Amino acid sequence: MRYSGLIGKLLEDAGADLGDMVEVRKGKDVYTGVLMPHHEFSDPSIVTLKLANGYNIGVRADKETSVKAVSKKEERARAKISLPQDPSKKDVAVISTGGTIASYVDYRTGAVHPAISAEELVFSAPELMDLCNVRAKVLYSILSENMKVHHWQGLARAIAEELNSGAVGVIVPHGTDTMGFTSAALSFMLKGLTGPVICVGAQRSSDRPSSDAIMNLLASTRLCVESDLGEVVVLMHGDTSDSYCLAHRGTKVRKMHSSRRDAFRSINAEPIARVEGQAISFLSDYSRRSKGPVEVLDKIDGNVSMLHFYPGFEAEHLDLIADKVKGLVIAGTGLGHVSEEILGSVRRAVKKGVHIFITTQCLYGSVNLNVYSTGRDMIAAGAVPLGDMLTETAYVKLMWSLGQTSDHDEVRKLMLSDIAGELTTRRFI
Amino acid sequence: MDYRSLGLKVGIEIHQQLNTGKLFCSCESELSDEHHKEFVRRLRPTQSELGEIDRAALEQAERKLQFRYQTVPSSCLVDADEEPPHDANRRAIDAALEMSGLLSMTPADEIHFMRKIVIDGSNTGGFQRTALIARNGRIDVAGKTIGVTTICLEEDAARKISEHGNEVLYRLDRIGIPLVEISTEPDMSSPEETRLVAERLGSLLRATKKVRRGIGTIREDVNISIAGGARVEIKGAQDLRLLHVYVEEEVRRQLALIEVKRALRERGAKQIPYEIRDLTANFRETRCKVIKSAIEEGGRVLGASLPKFKGLLGPTDNGVKRVGPEMAAHARVAGVRGLFHSDELPGYGVTVAEVEDVASALGVEGDGAFVIIADQEPKARAAMTKAVDRANVAIEGVPEETRDPLPDGKTVYSRPLPGKARMYPETDVRPILVDEAVLESIRLNLPELPEEKASRFVREFSVGREQADMLVRSGFEDEFELLARNLGNPGVVARIYLNTFAELEKMGLDPTKVSVETVREVLTGLNRGSFAKEAIPQILASIIENGFTVERALQTLGVEKVDLDEVRAVCERVVREREQFIKARGEGALGPLMGIVMKELRGKVDGKIISEILSEKIRRLL
Repeated sequence: MRYSGLIGKLLEDAGADLGDMVEVRKGKDVYTGVLMPHHEFSDPSIVTLKLANGYNIGVRADKETSVKAVSKKEERARAKISLPQDPSKKDVAVISTGGTIASYVDYRTGAVHPAISAEELVFSAPELMDLCNVRAKVLYSILSENMKVHHWQGLARAIAEELNSGAVGVIVPHGTDTMGFTSAALSFMLKGLTGPVICVGAQRSSDRPSSDAIMNLLASTRLCVESDLGEVVVLMHGDTSDSYCLAHRGTKVRKMHSSRRDAFRSINAEPIARVEGQAISFLSDYSRRSKGPVEVLDKIDGNVSMLHFYPGFEAEHLDLIADKVKGLVIAGTGLGHVSEEILGSVRRAVKKGVHIFITTQCLYGSVNLNVYSTGRDMIAAGAVPLGDMLTETAYVKLMWSLGQTSDHDEVRKLMLSDIAGELTTRRFI
Repeated sequence: MDYRSLGLKVGIEIHQQLNTGKLFCSCESELSDEHHKEFVRRLRPTQSELGEIDRAALEQAERKLQFRYQTVPSSCLVDADEEPPHDANRRAIDAALEMSGLLSMTPADEIHFMRKIVIDGSNTGGFQRTALIARNGRIDVAGKTIGVTTICLEEDAARKISEHGNEVLYRLDRIGIPLVEISTEPDMSSPEETRLVAERLGSLLRATKKVRRGIGTIREDVNISIAGGARVEIKGAQDLRLLHVYVEEEVRRQLALIEVKRALRERGAKQIPYEIRDLTANFRETRCKVIKSAIEEGGRVLGASLPKFKGLLGPTDNGVKRVGPEMAAHARVAGVRGLFHSDELPGYGVTVAEVEDVASALGVEGDGAFVIIADQEPKARAAMTKAVDRANVAIEGVPEETRDPLPDGKTVYSRPLPGKARMYPETDVRPILVDEAVLESIRLNLPELPEEKASRFVREFSVGREQADMLVRSGFEDEFELLARNLGNPGVVARIYLNTFAELEKMGLDPTKVSVETVREVLTGLNRGSFAKEAIPQILASIIENGFTVERALQTLGVEKVDLDEVRAVCERVVREREQFIKARGEGALGPLMGIVMKELRGKVDGKIISEILSEKIRRLL
């Protein structure tokens, strides 16, 4: 961030840019250091310098303050790196989308940057190259909260291209916040996978010695090279310890903690596989690699919404949303309920041709609208229960279904059939 | 020793824990013996933009350690590196700013926390958070001004419990406790000055009343160099009374190594080639237990010749250690238990014949020496390389390094001096603005200075000036004030903390086990007349030794409900009644008279007390 106000003016007059060595003089106090970027939460009157002892210090600029540029920043040439190719090893594609795992810290300024090249990302974990030839590509450099529907489409196409040109698996470094949405979207869009597609993230950035990124990347690579998995999965730490990673089905996984390494959990399902050191063990049924080629079903209609029902929910709000969308996923309470007040809104929406699907905000367990009268009334109003499908998965699937067909009944049929393991009928004790 | 002419320069870094609660979470800053879940992590050195890796970090990483962490009731996800840090603890910041006020420093206008890379596992994140609070201060000690470079506020590291193989066990109770770090300029030029500066800083810190107390709550790093030597950092000294000893010993050690360098140069020593020989065959029949068991476990005996090193490996005539133990410490980094060098052989079961065999196998000539290591081959080979490296360094002189303090005032090599710490901004913590309002409130609330406190003690409690000064320096000034104010008897309280504690320590007892509550109970008993003040050392000794309560200690010692005046009176009478007998027997009268007094007091009083009083009275009569 740039400086403004008095200090901005002083720096400009001195011709000092970020990274330059500057001298800030205040009465008898003299501070010499590298000019650092302005921290978002730093006071506007403060200039931040990195002193020779390595510490940053905030110096307040006032009328007595003078600034002198001492020397310009040294441009550091980054060595050009290229990835080795070993014909005896299999190819694994790494298609980066951004997020914590694909970012690095500029130790000089502390600013977090997305990896400029996939090579950089791979070089942070040189062990990957012992296991495979890496085909690295930076497709996007975005924080996962900025992912949009069209990003999923581009990603699906890029993955299919890699698999259809000989990669034994594809690793997708991704921001963790919406990784579950992406994994669900890819699960529906990619058909006949010839190898695993592994969405992988990090909860601790790779500038930290304690980062989980490297272990997650290594486990992903192992799964690509040494297993017959042919599914979209999310792979992250299985525990707070650096002991093992878990691969979760792309449609059954959810970020369940805001910060822990083992934030991702399989919901209403067992994880697919566990990777501990060099050992891979499968924990539930999974689809094996197909002969290919991989087919891309990437048509999608983003005109869909999802909402969380809560006590006090205004029927009017539902009406407003239902007016704008082709379909709506409502996470109901408990077995999938909404209040009597909004039953009318549901009825009106369905009558207008809007799809209303019901999931449970409990996350664990299945929707069942047969047990209570409210549920039966919801069915009568035209709401469709989605079993144990996760709300986010249902939302993604509804967009995808609307992209596959414009037939109202077909959409409903697609939604109720299990396409990528998103709907299960048995939940184990 | 004339330290000034040796060019001695000493700087210290003092690390004091605060009692304000942890720095970046809401957990208490207390240690715990109760621990629950464990988790395991690994740390990797991260490369800088230019692909550089810190050399100390690299040495740690070479050992491929895994770290196991014990969680305690007061640990949370922040401690486990599973949750971002919370806002910095305001009370801790205030304590550091107060301290900067006491040292006339210039505080930062805005405080920015940094991440300092540390990958020995002591920090779960692989870095320590630290912030520069103030700069450019000074402290006046014994008429000299010592510069105070910086004061920083940082989080303490996890507590190391043990190390087995490639796993290090840490407990998370200590991690995140705020530490005030004060660094001085290398302005001290004698061991005594070092001690005085450390004491002064300690008493200023205690004056803020925001510091933790007890063993391990204050740790010091001492940087020492002499002309012709090198900067050596002794890291983590906990016993401040040994500080000046560390300086004295380090000066001795560096002088000895400078002398070794001179001798090696004179002999024309050159870089030692890495010619490591397998000498296992020479030790097939050895009676040396260490070597024998290494061979039995499938290990090898490796040797290397050290030309020109004869007589420079073992200690000097004054017992100052030289190159041998340094080589051994370097070898231990590779995982071996130690080495043998020719200055200490024959010995340890190694015979003259074996020494001669080895010397001829290695081609050792005249003033040459050798070193042998017995262990599993790869380990022994790595260790030998490190040992020979260290011998080569001796030709250059004293190496810069970090050393661990030992309880006897000596030190042992621990690792190379860390390169300049890799620090980058901790962007998860908001910067803290230090505005005029903050500084004004700190200025208005600056604590009483130690010398002011001493004057007040003289005034309020009528203790002597010297005693008051000693109390403030001792670190027991708060205990003294609390007890003397509530229970009176300031002279007795001062004696307990200044004299009795020292006596107890001489007896090998740890006086820090005596809590202020215990002393309070003892004083209450004294005020009630349950015993005489002379009995206090014994009572305290018994409490420490046996873990007794005050009551129990009194019962056991038999000093319960004893009025020492009564004892004196009885002794006085008995002595007077038997003057003739005493004059005839001299001091030999004590024994028979003891029996009489004991009988009169019906065993209520400890014989030792009676014996002291009685013998004094006898002496006076004679």
